[in-house]
Amino acid sequence: MTVTAVRKDTHALSLTLDAEFDASAERVWQLWSDPRQLERWWGPPTYPATFTRHELRPGGRVEYHMTGPDGDQPHGYWEVEEVDPPHSLAVRDGFANEDGSPNPEMPTNEFRVTIEELRPGRTRMSIVSTFPSTEAMEQLLAMGMEDGLTQAVGQIDAILAEDVVGRPEQG
Amino acid sequence: MQIAPPDFDRMFGALADHTRRDIVRRAIDSEEGVAELASHYPMSFAAVQKHIAVLERAGLVTKHRIGRRKVVRTNIEGLRLARRLLDQYEEMWRGRIDRMTQLVNEYTRETHE
Repeated sequence: MTVTAVRKDTHALSLTLDAEFDASAERVWQLWSDPRQLERWWGPPTYPATFTRHELRPGGRVEYHMTGPDGDQPHGYWEVEEVDPPHSLAVRDGFANEDGSPNPEMPTNEFRVTIEELRPGRTRMSIVSTFPSTEAMEQLLAMGMEDGLTQAVGQIDAILAEDVVGRPEQG
Repeated sequence: MQIAPPDFDRMFGALADHTRRDIVRRAIDSEEGVAELASHYPMSFAAVQKHIAVLERAGLVTKHRIGRRKVVRTNIEGLRLARRLLDQYEEMWRGRIDRMTQLVNEYTRETHE
């Protein structure tokens, strides 16, 4: 198991995943810093990503598009907020129009990557993904509706499966 | 970033307002109409009506007829959709990390052969 921990903080509306790799911190950093390697994991097999701009510096921009099975090409961008190779990276990830300009009608999320070499050849990477509508989600999740929400899961899964573009295929 | 379909966007937009969140909370187990809901807030009936319309468009509340009354009810399934977003993100990142692991392992094999 590569993923060693998952935490969902319903108050901060963040998702944290820890993963460990049999590799150095530098090697794990390359997965982010080399766009050709990034392309090999960012999109799921059904929606491979192509990075057309890759400025990994504070204030820099990264632009990409993904190509779906029907030729559809959702565009995305990162606004790079912090970079400290090979230890950390913080970006805002959003949807873009075809010319790469941000699409303000779609939500963005921020994620922070922290890379720490636990011992030579063993590295932990943490991803913290935070949503901008924290307030809304916090309220939503704090409403204590867990009990009332246990119904109709199957139906909703089906809706989500239809709606979500580029849902990763597991395995 | 390829997770949030437009429905989520609308849903979050609708929930980004304190009054609307409060309406959603109240309408979980109350059977109030627009006028009764409006009485809880220091704003005009029309303003509350507008908030409810936004929630309705986002699929977060629906109006039901009970006899002669029309009551506003929270659409639990709609909320469930939003709740699922975190799960969807987890799944997406798990897929990415699986692919990263493959890449790292390929590289390790190459350098050790």
